[in-house]
Amino acid sequence: MAAPLLKVQGVSKHFGGFTALSEVSIAITPGERFGLIGPNGSGKTTLINCISGSLRHDSGSIEFQGQEISGLPAYRRTRKGIARSFQIPRPFRSMSVLENLLVPYEYVVHLKQSDAEQQAMEILRRIGLADKAHAPASQLSQVELRKLELARAMAAKPRLLISDEAMAGLSGSEVDEVLKILFSLNAEGITIIMIEHIMQAVMRFSQRVVCLDAGKIICEGAPAAIVADPGVQRAYLGA
Amino acid sequence: MKYSIGVAVVLLAALLTALSGAVNEYFFYAAFVVLQFMVLATAWNILGGYAGYVNFGTAAFFAIGSYTAVVLFKWLGAPLAVQIAAAAAVSGLLGFGVGLLTLRLRGIFFAIATVAIIFIMETVMMNWRYVGGATGLQLLRPDVLQPFASYTRMLFFVMALLAVMAVSVARYVQISWIGRGLRAIRDSEEAAECSGVPTLKLKLFACTVSGALMGAAGAPMPMYLSFIEPASSFSLNYSVSALAMPMIGGTVHWLGPVIGALLLGSIQQIVTVTISGEINVLVIGVLLVLFVVFAPDGVLGLFKKLWPRRS
Repeated sequence: MAAPLLKVQGVSKHFGGFTALSEVSIAITPGERFGLIGPNGSGKTTLINCISGSLRHDSGSIEFQGQEISGLPAYRRTRKGIARSFQIPRPFRSMSVLENLLVPYEYVVHLKQSDAEQQAMEILRRIGLADKAHAPASQLSQVELRKLELARAMAAKPRLLISDEAMAGLSGSEVDEVLKILFSLNAEGITIIMIEHIMQAVMRFSQRVVCLDAGKIICEGAPAAIVADPGVQRAYLGA
Repeated sequence: MKYSIGVAVVLLAALLTALSGAVNEYFFYAAFVVLQFMVLATAWNILGGYAGYVNFGTAAFFAIGSYTAVVLFKWLGAPLAVQIAAAAAVSGLLGFGVGLLTLRLRGIFFAIATVAIIFIMETVMMNWRYVGGATGLQLLRPDVLQPFASYTRMLFFVMALLAVMAVSVARYVQISWIGRGLRAIRDSEEAAECSGVPTLKLKLFACTVSGALMGAAGAPMPMYLSFIEPASSFSLNYSVSALAMPMIGGTVHWLGPVIGALLLGSIQQIVTVTISGEINVLVIGVLLVLFVVFAPDGVLGLFKKLWPRRS
């Protein structure tokens, strides 16, 4: 097995007396399509926040490309190649859709404005927002905002793309569209962590799935095995 | 290019006005104050408007600029240009320090922390004998430099120069990559950080530059009044005006604070002369409320609404 791209080892996170993550360890190999599932409040987004640097974990280590990144602020992690979308869209509302993508192009990829605009348009076309490129981000619908989240993460040219519920609220055909984009990004060599509640999407997309419940990993394996796992069924359906 | 021609025209006009014998001396007294507010409003907007961090501590940075100038003047008899440069450096340093301590706070907490800076600094100056303590210090103006006919005229030109410099800095910050980063911070700090924007560094930069410009604005004040004392130097009016002017003019563009300062500053001067100095504060209050309710994006926002195509 190749050296892992991302290695999370024994990571714990507490909010006051509440344990959001306890001793979570995962290793993700380069090029992998990785699914992260779990009921609401199981710690999926907290784990993503700890990996992307939006939160600091209390103990444990996080290594990216063999390098400890626990101490790095979020922007340095983005520059190292970890990009994410937000579950609750956080667009730059005062900017146009295109400008939203120019931020990572300017701060991560360091491109000239004209080149950046060209490449940003490319991404918008790919994700289906090209006709909205010059519209203010504040005027987008929820669905479009989710696409913008993904587009902005793509603009940071990541090695590891974390998609936090990019498909929530999308119609069936739109889910297929986004899946197609994620598949093609993966084919270009980008490792992808997908957090999703839409089971058929995660199961179709992922090569390996981890299920979190109450801050602990309760099951890890191939999609088919996960679905059949009694622990997972208990976590989701209650026993 | 168009901008630098504009700058040259404005500076030339200011110089000619300052040298003209036809203009009433009082004009320079009043215009100095308006220009001073232009610098303060522009400086405030770099952090408060672009990045969305509302700073109530303008008076502190302004007054520390004034006191730096006084100390240098009393101690070394330093010329005005040196006083201004030093005031900018000291207030910039103060901005950096305050930023380090407070910029991890967000929203209202940051605003409250900046108010505290005023009280701390005012207390320190009140208890410092060398600069006159609470009673203040009378200052003797040095001889006026050629070719100006009076000291006030010279100060007017100096402040015009500072205003142009401040606006140019703000404009540069706005149109450069820094500006986009600051806007990203205002819109969503978390998303900015995850898009590679070093938010703390940019905020510190904005706070330092903003503080330095405020200090520079305060440096000529002791010479303007021939006097300095803490209560009026640290007056909350500076903080309120520096905040109200960009709000009224528009915070997203460097022109906003300029328009706001010209508008509000001129009204204040007229009201002070024709009615009373106390009404001043009322004017700010009423205008601020009107704009916040009816034109939250300021004069610039109004124009944009009326002529959408020009944006």
